Amino acid sequence: MSHLYKCLAFSCLFLITLFAVNSMAEELLTFRSELNQTRYQSLVEELRCPKCQNQNLADSNSSIAIDLRKQVYLMIESGKSDQEIVDYMVARYGEFVLYRPSYSSATYLLWYGPFAFLVLGLMAFIMVLVTNKKKVRTSL
Amino acid sequence: MKKLVRFLPFIIFISLGVIFYSQLGKNSQELPSALVGKKVPDFKLVSLVENTLQTNSDLPKEAYLINFWGTWCPACHLEHPFLNQLALQGVTILGIDYKDDAEQARQWLSEKGNPYIDVLMDETGVFGLDMGVTGAPETFIIDSNGIVVHRHQGPLNAQNWSTIKGFLK
Repeated sequence: MSHLYKCLAFSCLFLITLFAVNSMAEELLTFRSELNQTRYQSLVEELRCPKCQNQNLADSNSSIAIDLRKQVYLMIESGKSDQEIVDYMVARYGEFVLYRPSYSSATYLLWYGPFAFLVLGLMAFIMVLVTNKKKVRTSL
Repeated sequence: MKKLVRFLPFIIFISLGVIFYSQLGKNSQELPSALVGKKVPDFKLVSLVENTLQTNSDLPKEAYLINFWGTWCPACHLEHPFLNQLALQGVTILGIDYKDDAEQARQWLSEKGNPYIDVLMDETGVFGLDMGVTGAPETFIIDSNGIVVHRHQGPLNAQNWSTIKGFLK
């Protein structure tokens, strides 16, 4: 008897894990080619949902994200390039929808700021090292 | 010079503090519309009232509001009485019935009053996408040159209208 219960419990657990894997917001879509499917996947992961601002289109279940996923799908299947799709989104929802911001004068700081700080930090580090060495030498 | 270098981290700390402080209290959910400064995108939509096809040439010539709403949207229930009030004050409002059922929309208007000069049906939400709408209610302010000057997300009410009013000219 207890064996039967164990069996039941295990199969329940198994079913739960099955559903857990499929929890990502996704519709059943059929693509004309494997390439289109990978393009779709990378686009919906790279585009940000305009309603729920810390999620991408792939993860969000808001109605606008569903609509935008559908739009991305339709545009891919009708032969539009990735750039055309991204331009379409930016024209409507602004630069905000890009998780990877484009290069422009407004985003230079964003792109190159970290490297500039790294160089500054290195310079400071070297300066400290050099002055310390000098101090050691003079004290000798 | 050496003293200045010693104070550099402190100066950086203070300036970052000023930058962060100035950003406090800002509504991070509010997005500027990509449409501001542009014309209303091309559309072909059926009017809910007259059952005729309407295009950009049918848009009002004076300054007006474009209001996205739907019977499925709870915040639109809250907003509707205020829209009626605005219409009484002589504000021109064009309604877009966003992703909704025509019959339910007609019933809504006959029950709650119709503040709109016309209501266009956007059943599939395509015009909503073109306008960069993220939900309902959402209101765009169009000036007398036909240019989008402001977008407001969420219901209009007496409080926010006092600032939005300024765009309507």
